[in-house]
Amino acid sequence: MAIKVQRVKLSLWERLFIPTLWNGFKVTLSHFLSFKKSKVYEDKNKDNKFKATLSYPEELWAVPPGFRGAPYLVSDQDAATKCVSCQLCEFVCPPKAIRITPPGETGNTTHREGVEKMPKEFEIDMLRCIFCGYCEEVCPEEAIYLAKDYYEGYDEKMMRRDYALTGSNREEMVFNKDKLLERGGTHHDRIKKWEKKTADAKAQEMFPVRDKSKKKRE
Amino acid sequence: MPNEAKIEEPPAIETIPVKVDGREITVPKLTPDWQGKLVPTTVLQACKHAGIEIPHYCYHPKLPVAGNCRMCLVHVGMPGRPGPDGKPPMNEDGSLKIDPMVLPYERGTPKGVIGCATNLIPGMEIYATSPETKEMREAVLESLLINHPLDCTICDQAGECKLQEYSVEHGQAESQFAEQKVHKPKAVDLGPRIMLDAERCVLCTRCIRFSTDIAGDDALGIVNRGSYNSIATFPGAPFDNNYTLNTADICPVGALTSKDFRFQMRVWFLKETNSLCTGCATGCNTVIGSRENKMYRQEPRENDAVNGPWMCDSGRLDYKWIGSEKRLSKLNGATDWTTILTEITTNLEKAAITSVAIIASARQTNEELFLLKKLADKFEAITDSVPRNGEGDHLLVNADKNPNSNGARLIGIAGETLGANLPAIAEGIENGTIRSLIVFGEDVTQHGISESLLEKLDLLIVSDIFANATTARAHYLLPGCAYAEKRGTFTNVKGQVQKFMKALDAPGNARAEWEFLHEIVENVTGQNGFSTTEGLFNQMAGEVDAFRGKGLNWAALGDDGVTVEI
Ligand code: SF4
Ligand code: SF4
Ligand code: SF4
Ligand code: SF4
Ligand code: FES
Repeated sequence: MAIKVQRVKLSLWERLFIPTLWNGFKVTLSHFLSFKKSKVYEDKNKDNKFKATLSYPEELWAVPPGFRGAPYLVSDQDAATKCVSCQLCEFVCPPKAIRITPPGETGNTTHREGVEKMPKEFEIDMLRCIFCGYCEEVCPEEAIYLAKDYYEGYDEKMMRRDYALTGSNREEMVFNKDKLLERGGTHHDRIKKWEKKTADAKAQEMFPVRDKSKKKRE
Repeated sequence: MPNEAKIEEPPAIETIPVKVDGREITVPKLTPDWQGKLVPTTVLQACKHAGIEIPHYCYHPKLPVAGNCRMCLVHVGMPGRPGPDGKPPMNEDGSLKIDPMVLPYERGTPKGVIGCATNLIPGMEIYATSPETKEMREAVLESLLINHPLDCTICDQAGECKLQEYSVEHGQAESQFAEQKVHKPKAVDLGPRIMLDAERCVLCTRCIRFSTDIAGDDALGIVNRGSYNSIATFPGAPFDNNYTLNTADICPVGALTSKDFRFQMRVWFLKETNSLCTGCATGCNTVIGSRENKMYRQEPRENDAVNGPWMCDSGRLDYKWIGSEKRLSKLNGATDWTTILTEITTNLEKAAITSVAIIASARQTNEELFLLKKLADKFEAITDSVPRNGEGDHLLVNADKNPNSNGARLIGIAGETLGANLPAIAEGIENGTIRSLIVFGEDVTQHGISESLLEKLDLLIVSDIFANATTARAHYLLPGCAYAEKRGTFTNVKGQVQKFMKALDAPGNARAEWEFLHEIVENVTGQNGFSTTEGLFNQMAGEVDAFRGKGLNWAALGDDGVTVEI
C-alpha cells in the first residue's frame, strides 16, 4: 500500500522562493567575504602563493592516494586482449555498469592461439560506474584494471583517463571494447597462463586438436 | 541442472536399520534402479534418506551403476565375520559388534566403500561426515584435479559444475601437483550438436552409459590408457542420435557441452522458468533459461510420468523462432486492442447461428481451446483443428507433432481424428452456409481451405504468431504468443495435464490468446469467465467432463501435472 504524504501548505511569502534563494546566497556570500580572514586561508597561504582555483586543464588536479581510478581493459605484452569474457565482472559490478556480449556459438573471435573465448563486445557505462574496483578484484584473468595515472606512451597533454571522463551525450559515456582497450594500455603479464598451456599442449603433440582419422597415440 | 532424480519410495515396506553419523534410521530394503526394478538399497541412498548428500559423479539414478569415479567413498562400520560357531562377534550386552572397516594389510588405515554400489547390511554404520571420510574425498578430488585444466573462466559448465561445487565443499585449496599436466584434445567435434573437451572429463562414463543403455546408440567409448584416457567416437561415426544433448546435461563437468549454448551466456545470469516442449505430443517437461527477454536454452526437467530426466535434441533446439524478427507484433484491422475487440464483438453478434466455423490449433492451450469451444457452442459452430503427423521413436518422440491433440479432443474442438471436419468447413464456405471463420494458429490454405474460399467469407478473424497466406487475408489479425510468452496447460498423449509458465514478454502488440479470447467470449456469450489463467483453468476443470472427474484445479497440477482419462 502506498503511503499518502500530506504536503505542507506554503504561504505566499514562502511560495515566492526569492527570499529563500536570498537566504542561501547570504551564506555563500558571507563565506566568500570572510574566507581571506579565516584560519584556513591563513594556514594555506603561509607562503603567500595560495590560489583558490585551478587553471584546468593546463593544471591538473593532484589525485589523492585513496582514489581508485576508472576501469579499463588491458592487453598483454603481445597486444592480445586478456579478457576471456567470463562475465564475472559483469556479475559483480554493483551498479551493473558492465555489459558484455559473449562470442556466441562460433566462439572464434579470439586472436590468441589456445584461448577459445574473447568478448565480442565489452561496454562500461562510465556514468553508471561507481569506481569501486570490484571488477579488478574479481577478474580471474587480470584483464581489467582501474587506471589512476598516465600510462606509457600516453600523451601527457591529454586529459587524464582516471577522472577526466568526458562526453557530450550519454551514448559517448558508454565506452566500448576498443576504447577501453586503447585507454587500458599494456599489462605486463608474468605468468601468461594460456600461452604456457598451449605451449605445453604443443610439446605433448596435443595442439591443435589432432585429426581423428589419424592413428591414436601409440 | 535438472539431472538428479528423486529417490522414489518403493511400495515394499520392508525396512532395514542403519546408523548414519550415529543416528539410527530405518530405510527401505529395496529401491527401484534405473529401470524401475527393485534392487537392494545402497549406502548412498540410505544417506539421502538421512538427509545427507554423498558427493558423486558416475552415479545417476536413471543410469546403470558403474562405480568408477570413487567420489562417493565413505567410511563404514560392518559386523565382523562369523566365528567358528557361525555367529558374528557380539558385544557384551548381546548386540552385534560393529567395527569400522580398515585395510586388511594395514590395520591402522580406514577403508572406504563406494556408496553408490555398496548394498546395505543390517546394523551397518555409515560415517558420512567423519574425518576419515573427508580425507578420502579430498584425496579423490585431488587425483581428479591432477590433470584438470582449470578452464573455469571459459568453461560453459562453470556455475553448475560438480567439480567446482565439490572442490569448494570437500576439496583442498591448494594443489600439490608441481609436474606438468597431461594435455588432451580440446574442442573436439563429437557430432553436430556436441563438443568435447577431453581435458575436463572426469571419466565417469555417464555419457557412454546414456548413449548405450538409454538412447540405444553405442556411439561413445573410452580410448587410450592411464592419464591419456579419453572419451571418443568411432572414427568416421559422428555422435548424432536425437538424444545427444542429454549427455551435456548429465556430464557433471564441462567436458561435453552443447554447441548451441556454447559461449552464449554464463549460466548464473539465466532466469529459470518451468515450461513444456511443444515439439510433439509427449510434452517433455523443460526449464527455460532466459536473460533480459532472450531465451538461451531449454533443458529437460525431471518428470517420471512423462520424460524422466531426458528430452530429444530436436525438441530442445526448437526455440529459435520465438525471438524471430518475423514475428507478428502488429494488429491488423484496427490499431488498438480495445477497438479491434469491440469491432469483432459487433460483427460476431450479427452472425447467424450455424454460419460460423472455428479452426483451432492443437498447439493451443487447453484454456484457449476451452474459450473457443464456448464461442462455438454459442453459434453451434462446426469446429476442428489440424493434424500434424511425423515419425515417432522408441524413447520419447511421438508421431503426433501437436502438443495438445488430446486437449482438443477432450474439450470437444476436434473429434477422434483431427481434421475430419475440414472438408465440411470448406464445403460450407463454398456453398455459402458458413459466412464467418475464426482461425487460430494455423495456415488453413495448407489444409484444404484455399485462398479463393477465404475471399468468399464475410468475416475472417485470424490469430497467429507468423505471417502466412491465411493471415494475409484476415479481416482482423490478432498477434498471439509463443508458449514461452504465456501460461497455460497442455494435455499430452497419455492424458497428462501439465502447466507451463511465462518466461518472456511477447513482442510489440502481441497478447496471450486466452486474454483476448476471454474478452471476446465474455462480450459475445455474456458468460462470466475468469480473468486469470488459474481461474480459467479451474472453471474449465469444472465444465469439461474429463477434467471434472479428476477434480482438477490449477494448484493441484503442481509441477508435474495430473493424468486424466483419455
Ligand atoms: S569499478 Fe565497480 S562500478 Fe565500475 S565497472 Fe568496475 S565493478 Fe562496476
Ligand atoms: S574483464 Fe576479467 S572478469 Fe571481466 S569478463 Fe573479462 S576476464 Fe572476466
Ligand atoms: S569442468 Fe568445472 S572445474 Fe573444470 S573447467 Fe569447467 S567449470 Fe571449471
Ligand atoms: S564426458 Fe562427461 S559424462 Fe562423459 S565420461 Fe567425461 S565427465 Fe563423464
Ligand atoms: S558415484 Fe560411486 S563410484 Fe562414482
